[in-house]
Amino acid sequence: MPLLWIVLVVLGLGLIGYLMGRSRALGSAGGDGRQLHSLPSYYGWHGFMLTVVPALLMMAAWLLVAPSVIENRAAAGIPDAKIAERGSRSLVMAEVRRTGEALDMAVAQGTMDEDMARNLRADFTDVTERLKATGAIITTTVDQPILEAAQNYRVMAKASNLYMSIAVLGLAVVGLVFAFMRSDKDFRARNVVEQGIKAILILASTIAIMTTLGIVLSMLFETANFFEQYSWREFFFGLNWAPDFRGNSELGMLPLLWGTLYISLVALLVAVPIGLFAAIYLSEYASPRLRAVAKPMIEILAGIPTIVYGLFALITVGPLIRDWIAQPAGFGNSTNSVITAGLVMGIMLIPFVSSLSDDIINAVPQAMRDGSYGLGATQSETIKQVVLPAALPGIVGAVLLAASRAIGETMIVVMGAGAAAAQMEQGLGAIINPFQAMTTVTVKIVSQLTGDTDFASPETLVAFALGLTLFVITLGLNVLALYIVRKYREQYE
Amino acid sequence: MNDMRPLERAVETKEIKFECRDCQVYYGDTHAIKDVNVDIEDKTVTAFIGPSGCGKSTFLRCLNRMNDTIDIARVEGSFLLDGENIYDKRVDPVQLRAKVGMVFQKPNPFPKSIYDNIAYGPRIHGLAKNKAELDEIVEKSLRRGAIWNEVKDRLDAPGTGLSGGQQQRLCIARAVATEPEVLLMDEPCSALDPIATAQVEELIDELRESYSVVIVTHSMQQAARVSQKTAFFHLGNLVEFGETGQIFTNPKDPRTESYITGRIG
Repeated sequence: MPLLWIVLVVLGLGLIGYLMGRSRALGSAGGDGRQLHSLPSYYGWHGFMLTVVPALLMMAAWLLVAPSVIENRAAAGIPDAKIAERGSRSLVMAEVRRTGEALDMAVAQGTMDEDMARNLRADFTDVTERLKATGAIITTTVDQPILEAAQNYRVMAKASNLYMSIAVLGLAVVGLVFAFMRSDKDFRARNVVEQGIKAILILASTIAIMTTLGIVLSMLFETANFFEQYSWREFFFGLNWAPDFRGNSELGMLPLLWGTLYISLVALLVAVPIGLFAAIYLSEYASPRLRAVAKPMIEILAGIPTIVYGLFALITVGPLIRDWIAQPAGFGNSTNSVITAGLVMGIMLIPFVSSLSDDIINAVPQAMRDGSYGLGATQSETIKQVVLPAALPGIVGAVLLAASRAIGETMIVVMGAGAAAAQMEQGLGAIINPFQAMTTVTVKIVSQLTGDTDFASPETLVAFALGLTLFVITLGLNVLALYIVRKYREQYE
Repeated sequence: MNDMRPLERAVETKEIKFECRDCQVYYGDTHAIKDVNVDIEDKTVTAFIGPSGCGKSTFLRCLNRMNDTIDIARVEGSFLLDGENIYDKRVDPVQLRAKVGMVFQKPNPFPKSIYDNIAYGPRIHGLAKNKAELDEIVEKSLRRGAIWNEVKDRLDAPGTGLSGGQQQRLCIARAVATEPEVLLMDEPCSALDPIATAQVEELIDELRESYSVVIVTHSMQQAARVSQKTAFFHLGNLVEFGETGQIFTNPKDPRTESYITGRIG
């Protein structure tokens, strides 16, 4: 039974559960809603929840677990020689799955009947050609072990689907009956529904947290693989970034980290003053009408795709800086430069800083300002000495959020600052000159992972180590932000 | 502190600090204050009483031009402080507010240390030449605010950590620190418990020695306790203004009588 149908049937059962629970409760009270413990609709929702939620949870769990079980069983029939021949088990299994799908398609198109699909033998018929004829993606010749595994795979997948349908629908019916039996005028349906809603909310937040954990774990495994092949000391303290896919790469992350920090620093130097001043003007000086227009206009900046900012850096800002500043002053003649990427990224970050700071400044109570004006302070004195200190933790939070964005930015860097890592070994001038091309961690993660590369080599795996390092840095920034906000929060109440 | 026998109070005439003539205030199209004439004497506590929305706070805020911070408010008439109209173009409202200090309904200490709260005004107006002088001003103001003994050991603690009554006395001390000539108080005790109220009232009575104090209050007992002059506002009009004893025992206007006996409110 297709998934959509199962879901629809379960929801239909839920609707029946709603109606039955509601009417039984009403019936037990003799049709008088005032005799019930809860409003009639609560009995209905109680029936709906007990029918739908456990069934759908069961389905989700089944869908998560079943594929790997089936795959393991299907793979058991494949001889080791076959796996060795294709490189890895996952590659063989991908082939098995594709063959299975091709068989499905052949049956659906009528070129094979079900019996034939199950008993076909690769040694006697030209399976490969027949499957290709269905339009399925078959890249290699289908031979007997693969075909057999695919056939097993199909049968098991079908069986799994059948069992799942039975189990899910059965559970839904059990829930429905249970809820129906419980519905009675003294039953506290309202409290149960409340508990159920709480459970759903907890589930939602757990999923968010688990996903983060999952991301970290997946990065961690690949990073561990990387450090088995490459010395961590050279990775963390190496001054040279020179990957070579033929081997003997130098994968020092310091040039990339420096690029990230340098470009982010320039971006923040642009974004923080401009954003903060804009926020102060908008929240303290601007008339409500101007504010209503100007604030959304600034926020439009946040909606521009970063690739468009990248284009702006590439064709406008970069050449401008080279022709008017870098070349006349003899700092270099590259259109790609740290300052180009930093400037453009700073512009991108302005709305982050200004919008958040504006909200925070507005949240400072009017009583603070009145108190200051009442003592004879001017508007700017009030802002500088009362409003900003009171809003400081929030502003720091906004800046650190912007910093996290800057550190994770990729597109603007590629197009604005280029893809060449800083030449740290060439001395201080090459490190701090902001008019030279430089690149960041994120750009190199992309370039190491794209292209036709061996996924097990350190040159590729380094991407995960870089990603994890970046994650740790932004996590550290966020923790720092939380700490600052807690420590320096000035309570107004 | 005055007791509850207002009639027996000695009445003396003093120099007039604020002379307000034909004062009108509009909020947009609403005429909030109509033809108010009041003389506020120096070294006297003047109480503004009246039902909610009668315009007493609005009028109080005219006296240090706090209504300037409200866009739709418009003020007319003459407000002469020592003979000079405070709404004259030559008068800087910021300078004026240093001379006419204000204490608000809800205690609003800045989220800074107790010391910095008090030093805020003197620092802005450059009243202290050096740190020692500033220390002196802070101590003097806190003593004036009758809170020195409670906070002298923790001047670095945040002002927001004090209790409600202490916060309000801190705000009074903060207003006193800029050496104002007039102190405006907008329901300074409405957020306080009876004990803190008594402390603040005692303080107001002491402040009368050196300042002209104007207090808006909802509590008629409070007006009777702390003030020498009372003004009764009703629907934007100044109904009656006179000696506190006379207003509370022998009001001339029937509306005043209804209000203080609790028939309207």
